[in-house]
Amino acid sequence: MCYDDVKTKKSSEDNVLKKKEKIFIAALLLLAGILSLLFSLTGRKESASIRICVDGEEYGIYSLSEDQVISIGDTNICEIKDGHVSMIEATCPDHLCMKQRPIDENGGTIVCLPNKVIIEGEKAADSDGSQPEIDAAT
Amino acid sequence: MTKKVSYLGLFSAIAIIFGYVETLIPVFAGIPGIKLGLANLCVLFILIRYSFREAALVSVVRILVIGFLFGNLFSIVYSLAGAALSLSVMTLIKKKTDFSLLGISVAGGVSHNIGQLIIAMLLVENTSLVYYAPALLVSGVVTGLLIGWLTEQVGRRIP
Repeated sequence: MCYDDVKTKKSSEDNVLKKKEKIFIAALLLLAGILSLLFSLTGRKESASIRICVDGEEYGIYSLSEDQVISIGDTNICEIKDGHVSMIEATCPDHLCMKQRPIDENGGTIVCLPNKVIIEGEKAADSDGSQPEIDAAT
Repeated sequence: MTKKVSYLGLFSAIAIIFGYVETLIPVFAGIPGIKLGLANLCVLFILIRYSFREAALVSVVRILVIGFLFGNLFSIVYSLAGAALSLSVMTLIKKKTDFSLLGISVAGGVSHNIGQLIIAMLLVENTSLVYYAPALLVSGVVTGLLIGWLTEQVGRRIP
C-alpha cells in the first residue's frame, strides 16, 4: 500500500530527486567535508611519533608534527622537520645513521650502531582517517 | 498473505546471497568496512511494500544467517547495530517525510554506516575511529543512491 504511494509519486517525477532530498544529501556531503577538514587540521598533529632508544632503553617519544632538534645523549643529534626525522650529527666514525632515509609518517628506522641509538617511527594507530594508507583496524 | 510470506522468504534468501556476493566485490578498496549494501535492497523493498515489522524480520534473518555462515559474533553485532539504526531511520523518514525511495535509501545507507561506526568505537574503545566518519558519510550517500535506484527498478518490475 505504502509502496504504491511511493511508486506513483516516483513515476511522475521519475528518478528526479526532490528539492528536500537534494538539500538532505547536500547537507550530508557538507557535513562529511567539514568533518574531514576538521580532522585534517586537528588530526594531523597526533599523526605519528618517533621513539628514540639508547642502549635498549627508551630515551623519549617525540611527535613528528613539531619541528625540533633533539640531542640524544651527547653522541647524536636528530632533527624533526616538516614531519621528517633525520640524524644531523653523530659522533660515530662512519656517519651511516646520517645517511639513512629520513623517517616520515609512514614509519621507518634510523640506527646508529656504534652509539646504540635507534630511532623508530611509530605509525600512530589513530591517524588513518586522514590518510589514504590502509589499516585493517575494523 | 501467502504472497507476503513467500516474498519475505524470497527476499531473505536474496539478501543472504547478496551478503555473500558482497564479500567478493571490494567496492571502495582501501577503507575497511565499506561495502555496497546490496542486502539493503531487499530490506528497503520489503519496508516500502510492507512495513517496519516485515523489514526487520528479513533484516534479522539475513544478519544471523550471514553472520553464522561467513562471520563471527562481532560481525553480527556490527551488522545488527547498523541495520537497526538504518531501518529505524528509514522507517521514520518514510513516515514523516515525502522523500522518494532515493532519499530513504540514502538516509538508510548513511545511518547504517554511522551505527556501525558507533558500535565499533564502543567495542574498540577508541574514539579515533571517528576519522572514518567523513568517508563513511560519503559512501553512505553514494551507495544509498545506487541502492535506492536499484530498489525502485526492482519494485517496478515485481508485481
